[in-house]
Amino acid sequence: MHDPVDVLIIGAGASGAAVAYSLAETKMHILCLEQGGWMKPSEYPSTGRDWEAKFYGEWSTSPNVRGRPEDYPINDDNSPIKVVNFNGVGGSTVMYTAHWPRLHPSDFKVKTLDGVADDWPIDYDALTPFFEENDRMMGTSGLSGDPLSPLSHPPMPPQPLGLSGPLIGKAMNKLGWHWWPSDTTVATLDYEGRARCINLGHCTPACAQGAKASTDITYWPHAIRAGVELRTQCRVREITTNEHGMASGVVYYDEDGVEQFQPAEVVIIACNGVGTPRLLLNSASGKFPNGLANSSGLVGKNLMFHPYAQIYGFVKEPTDSNRAPPTCLWSKEFYDTDLSRGFVRGYGIQFVRGAGPVFEAVVGEQKGILPWGKDHHRVFRRLNGHRLGVSAICEDLPEEHNRVTLDPVLKDSHGIPAPRIDYTISANSRKMMEHGLARGRQILDMLGATDICINSPIPWGGWHLLGTARMGTDPSRSVVNEWGRSHDVKNLFIVDGSVFVTSGGVNPTSTIQAIALYVADQMKQRLANLFD
Amino acid sequence: MIAEKPLTAAQRDDLRIISGMMIPESDEYAVPGADDAVIQGDIVATLGRDTRMVAAALDHLAKLAGKPLAELDEAWREAVVTEFRASGGVPAATLARVILQCYYRDDRVLRSLGLELRAPFPKGHVLPEGDWSLLDPVKARGGSLRRAP
Repeated sequence: MHDPVDVLIIGAGASGAAVAYSLAETKMHILCLEQGGWMKPSEYPSTGRDWEAKFYGEWSTSPNVRGRPEDYPINDDNSPIKVVNFNGVGGSTVMYTAHWPRLHPSDFKVKTLDGVADDWPIDYDALTPFFEENDRMMGTSGLSGDPLSPLSHPPMPPQPLGLSGPLIGKAMNKLGWHWWPSDTTVATLDYEGRARCINLGHCTPACAQGAKASTDITYWPHAIRAGVELRTQCRVREITTNEHGMASGVVYYDEDGVEQFQPAEVVIIACNGVGTPRLLLNSASGKFPNGLANSSGLVGKNLMFHPYAQIYGFVKEPTDSNRAPPTCLWSKEFYDTDLSRGFVRGYGIQFVRGAGPVFEAVVGEQKGILPWGKDHHRVFRRLNGHRLGVSAICEDLPEEHNRVTLDPVLKDSHGIPAPRIDYTISANSRKMMEHGLARGRQILDMLGATDICINSPIPWGGWHLLGTARMGTDPSRSVVNEWGRSHDVKNLFIVDGSVFVTSGGVNPTSTIQAIALYVADQMKQRLANLFD
Repeated sequence: MIAEKPLTAAQRDDLRIISGMMIPESDEYAVPGADDAVIQGDIVATLGRDTRMVAAALDHLAKLAGKPLAELDEAWREAVVTEFRASGGVPAATLARVILQCYYRDDRVLRSLGLELRAPFPKGHVLPEGDWSLLDPVKARGGSLRRAP
């Protein structure tokens, strides 16, 4: 048995890194267990000529396709949207687009404003200082002053508009619709030991330059220097409890597959919206027969993904193709509720500025716009390097039937029951997606785009895993309280996307990390009576 | 890990034929077809985790054809491949993808497309700054965030 630690964090991704860094100043003995290992940038796809082929194998966004030893399988057969994630130090920040919006203030009050779902127990103002701290730590680039987004102060200037940005900007201006350079976590200047972006191309499957912020190169070096211990290749099976109903530690498998017990005074879960409920449900015991922290019955329920409605086409002008980060602009034109549209709430828009040649060929062939035979070459030259895309990221409202449970058959490499996803897209979301596609078509028409294609939803688009251990003040309607502590187990905290009450219509990682810093701050303020 | 069973000679023959049907040689663009020996060698050498799925696709193709593709006349071959693409499912899609991913990294093909023969890292690419005055109408229009109580 290991010596007890004061704080044990499970997961070294976006939120685990942030909470570890913030708590380090307490000088408590903090240990983080991570099922994956440290990343090796020299092995990232963009270092090889076969960089695009790797996206279909060991660098796939889907853990089921990727199948690395540190990945666990997910049964998402009963969902039109498949889960994508990454496991390792840095978690899914290793494999994301670095698009960096924040939830809006109105997103925290959807019940009050629109009569749907629930209000959050906290508001945007509570998170403001942590958004700012997180932007400094992750190192963001962008242009302050967007009239339709919360005020941010990126420490670095925005990415160049490139070839694609002005085309999109002109079309949006003709339509009279809002657009703005997106905040990103791509460094546009040398920043805190990170080299500036040199446009390696598509950023999602990790950045060999280190320009894209992932927590293995942002938070973790600071946290480790401050004394936090990070133990890799350690997969937690369950959280144990004592006779008082308090968390007593975790059982995990070490890098040699040997079962270990690690006692702890405080346990913090940072495994995001699928990993966290899976762990809580796998921690069922005589005292907690329905899973740990689950007296509400809501652990695993209210899963929200953000259905993406994507439409793209091909313009005569050259676009940025694979020579730039994939996203550069956003629009909030349709973000807020307008009931005349036939649905409640709204969506953000991400613009996509191109794709690489292999991706273009593979997808074009699948969509039927790239023919076989002698015409193949002519058509490919018209498509390749000319793509522009519009993606509506639709606010997904919480519904209890959308859920994570334990699969009765599927297990990971350690024999731990794997998660099962049951999810349907709501009628409200469908209407929102149709609206987004129609507006996207208007934009593409304005651009003179042809060969229009649609992905609605993007099937492998389950990047955002939210809502499965929601926060709230009512223990019968939530899993954790307004500062991230379990209602049932008073030394158990959750800091990841599973605490989201609603999803907003934007990428959530910035807000997830702000919440992790906020929870850490609340803990630091309450150290003397943390368990009261 | 158990090593994948390599493709048989008959499967490799059919792979070559269907690759050439997908992407034929072009004098106009000075590019080889996907049935080119170098590209075929790349496909076979790098199948890896896709081997089983590609073998399944080729088995399905062979079943539809009833004999080696090379022995069919052109019209029959076209009909077989049309049926294969319609009924082949994920294995057929995988086969198409592995042909395309190897074809579009061949030096001759990339050169014809005007692309550099290199990995993205460490040279990267230069991106034009673009015209930031395009944002002026957005700034002038302004707007405000929805108020939260």
